[in-house]
Amino acid sequence: MTDLLPLVDENLRSAGLFRPELALTFGTMALFLVDVLWKKHPGRPLRLAASALVVLAVAAGLLAAQPVGASTLFNGMAATDGFAVFFKWLFLAAAALTVLIAAPGKEFPPERLGQFYGLLMAVVLGMFLMASATDLLMAYLAIELVSMTSYVLAGFKKGDRRAAEASLKYVIYGGVASGVMLFGMSYLYGLLGTTSFHALATKIQALHATGLPAAATKLTLVVALVFVTAGIGYKVAAVPWHMWCPDVYEGAPTPFTAFLSVGPKAAGFALALRVFYGALAGPSAAGGLPAAVGDIPWPAVVGVISAVTMTLGNLTALAQTNLKRLLAYSSIAHAGYTLMGLAAASDLGVQAVMIYMAIYVVMNLGAFLVVILVAELTGSESILDYKGLARRHPFAATAFAIFLFSLTGLPPFAGFWGKWYLFAAVWERTGGPGGGWWALLMLVAALNTAVSLYYYVRVVRAMFIDQPYAVAPAPVRTATTYQVLLGAASLAVLLFGVWPTPVLDWTAASLQIFKG
Amino acid sequence: MFFFTEGNVLSWATFFPLVGAGIIVLMMIARAFAGLDKKLVDEASRWTALVFSGLSLAAAVAAWMLYDPSVPGAQLVAQVVWIKAFNVEYFVGADGLSISMVLLSGLISFIATIASMPWWSGEKAAEMAGMVDHDHGHGHDDAAHPKHFSVRMVPGYMAMLLLLQTGMMGTFAALDMFLFYVFWEVMLLPMYFLIGVWGGPRKEYAAIKFFLYTLAGSVLMLLAIIGLYYTSQPYSLVDGTRAAHTFNLLELARQGQTGVFASAAPILGFAFTKIVFVGLFIGFAIKIPMFPFHTWLPDAHVEAPTPISVILAGVLLKMGIYGILRFNYALLPDATAWAANAMAVFGVINIVYAAFVCLAQKDLKKLIAYSSVSHMGFSLLGMAAMTPQGISGAVLNLFTHGIISPMLFLIVGVIYDRAHHREIEKFGGLASELPEYTAIMGLAFFASLGLPGLCGFVSEFMVFSGAFPVFTTYTIISATSVIITAAYYLWAIHRMFLGKLNKAYVGYPDLVWRERLTLYPLAAFAIFLGFYPQFILSAVNGTLHALVQNIRPL
Repeated sequence: MTDLLPLVDENLRSAGLFRPELALTFGTMALFLVDVLWKKHPGRPLRLAASALVVLAVAAGLLAAQPVGASTLFNGMAATDGFAVFFKWLFLAAAALTVLIAAPGKEFPPERLGQFYGLLMAVVLGMFLMASATDLLMAYLAIELVSMTSYVLAGFKKGDRRAAEASLKYVIYGGVASGVMLFGMSYLYGLLGTTSFHALATKIQALHATGLPAAATKLTLVVALVFVTAGIGYKVAAVPWHMWCPDVYEGAPTPFTAFLSVGPKAAGFALALRVFYGALAGPSAAGGLPAAVGDIPWPAVVGVISAVTMTLGNLTALAQTNLKRLLAYSSIAHAGYTLMGLAAASDLGVQAVMIYMAIYVVMNLGAFLVVILVAELTGSESILDYKGLARRHPFAATAFAIFLFSLTGLPPFAGFWGKWYLFAAVWERTGGPGGGWWALLMLVAALNTAVSLYYYVRVVRAMFIDQPYAVAPAPVRTATTYQVLLGAASLAVLLFGVWPTPVLDWTAASLQIFKG
Repeated sequence: MFFFTEGNVLSWATFFPLVGAGIIVLMMIARAFAGLDKKLVDEASRWTALVFSGLSLAAAVAAWMLYDPSVPGAQLVAQVVWIKAFNVEYFVGADGLSISMVLLSGLISFIATIASMPWWSGEKAAEMAGMVDHDHGHGHDDAAHPKHFSVRMVPGYMAMLLLLQTGMMGTFAALDMFLFYVFWEVMLLPMYFLIGVWGGPRKEYAAIKFFLYTLAGSVLMLLAIIGLYYTSQPYSLVDGTRAAHTFNLLELARQGQTGVFASAAPILGFAFTKIVFVGLFIGFAIKIPMFPFHTWLPDAHVEAPTPISVILAGVLLKMGIYGILRFNYALLPDATAWAANAMAVFGVINIVYAAFVCLAQKDLKKLIAYSSVSHMGFSLLGMAAMTPQGISGAVLNLFTHGIISPMLFLIVGVIYDRAHHREIEKFGGLASELPEYTAIMGLAFFASLGLPGLCGFVSEFMVFSGAFPVFTTYTIISATSVIITAAYYLWAIHRMFLGKLNKAYVGYPDLVWRERLTLYPLAAFAIFLGFYPQFILSAVNGTLHALVQNIRPL
């Protein structure tokens, strides 16, 4: 009979460092409960939004109260460290903004708003776990939690054909991707006998030290890694696992699309960094990706995926006329840029990914907020209905222009800093293996920036230069929440751009990744 | 200098316009919320623009007077750490390369601001230009009677104009590579809107073309900057912190001349300095604009409103040459020596090819735009020669062209405001109806074609005499442009101003005070510099001659 006492002890200790997640778990349940309690209440949307914010605020408070320092949780299933905490703050911010965006929106009838908020909290919980997973099993479960709830939320609009299509596509693609990922994980376990990232790293290292024994072993290792990469690539919408993205973005309720484009993407990158930085950590004591696992130079592979993803995303975005689809392809392109940081696989690369995601959350949510606002004005997401927006709603048009220029990566907007760090991280690698080819990746990214300008500016042109499509409609006013959110987000983008030091310092201080 | 000190003068010159832009944005917000009268806000934003642009000019003049040509190195320095995490400093200062450009930028900005006003235009001229506001609240103009740009969405225009001025002044003042890049990019947005919103019939096309060309160039520049930064050696920030790499342009220049970049590892088999040189050079060449990257310029000029053409030709084009001198020449002397011949060839193509293109133009503004391309070629040829005379001529050419080409564009604006077209062939005999206009036009055209006694001649002569010993054949080929230039200008004068007066233009008002205010100061400068080019040369020579002496294979 094994001694259970240490296990109980470990769980009790871990629970103390798991309070934000617990808050989200109970918060989810509480939201479903108040959803029923306030069924007929006239102030329902406001109350529900307030309760969702309370749940997030409690989680945030507990997160802030958590002791600093890295340690494992639940026998090595997860870890808490500066890296995870940083991403958790991002997720909370994205969720809070989404709650605020959804509250006055017309896409959610009041009677279903409670379910949306409840499920949203469950997604946030899943993303928390993704950011802190240090074990294949935990990683898989976390991804599934995020995916399952996302499938439901993508098809949230009942009786809408596009929503049904979106949800179905999402389920099918997601199902295949997670199946493939699980299959790859099973190979890893079969080959190396462990699921812990840290132990995997040690064993892969040992395997290399002895020289790869047989061709079959090597092939298995490579296939397993490709499969795991596919699962993560699907989450961040990297080519060739991006096909679901435009349809789902278009069909899902826009507030959720906004969340989907920043939250799960950031979570995907967090997990990717943990896997590539933890499970595949190389022989060097400093950590980071080895030049080759199974004789395949993984950083270069990620670099190629990155180049292809950003190019395809940008080129396809050029032809889009629906703003949600345009932003979907743009988000694929941004996944491509961010993959540069992953490919660099250095401390600077990790920091670049963190900075990029932090800025991306603000500017992309802001952009989607304008899409929602315009859809409420005109009932359409077509670029034609953005013509003359500067006259009808100068504030929204200006804010949108700021977000779009920031997405392009122009200084003095925040997006520039994200690009700058990614470029810097890739440049650092030109001194190492691969040398000048990394400079080529930078060149591809730089030219992509110029390409992306074209379609972003097309929207700016429609808003500021083109005459209104129909008879010039009168200026309009919109919900105060939207105005405040837009103002805050565009101000943040400008302030980060001119004074980025807080974000840079914060990310630099959050680089601590638990490696066992 | 009662207010400006050596430490703050350049910062004031840079940020006065930004303060003005901020005030105008507040006015726009106030108007949206408090429902202020449109006319009141329009007038207030015009005054704000004029005052803050004037203050910026005052600071630029103060900088010129505080600048001591006998002291080598950077002066009027302000330096604080801006972004410690990446060793970026707010570092502005002026040396012989930039001081003349600071003055030019302040002057041309102020003149462009005056040219953006509908004031002092006389009743008839204002009515003809469409400046009189017949707007009855329906917001936008009808196609048949386009409103003058100076009365359309005024606060937005003024805010953008001021933002542009901050970007220009900052670009010339910056001595930190990162800061330079930020200011360089800051210019793009207002320029896009100024052409795109307040421009002519094909404004959308022209604006996006300008934006895409410039951005494509500047992303290459960005890569080169990252490469330079990471190759640089440790240096201290101004607060004493030791930094592993530096953005300080003066220190980078020192390191470049001691061969730090020349000995850097090659990229994909190409020498590091050569790759970086090409990246930077393309970025700057697009701005010059150098053949074959020049095609955005005629479109942008033709569609831009007059004051924006003035700024574009007077200041923005200068940044290309300035950037090449500040970055390529100072940081990469060995690659510059390697590329000198190519630069000269491109210079010759610019000079001769664009001059021939001018001959074929039917649109007066397009003619002037191409003549800018041709004249910027002189700078390329002169600096490629690496002789003291050549480089001084190249920089003097920046200044003289910065005086003459704004005049030319203002002259086009005068006739366009009245006739609403620019077809050279459709005019005729204007001299009898508009004598004052004809006189000032004559002065500007002759200054541009290089008549001795006017400023264009001095710089052209210096470039030719400086380039001749080094690139004899190229110089001889370029010298043919003098004849072609004379041909297209004289032919244009002939067709527009001489001969029998076209009946359609009877009763056209001559120059009004707004136009006089912009044209006469520039005309005075053109004559003054024609006789006393030392005014500029004495300030720039020292730095420039030291710069070319360092150009050598390392």
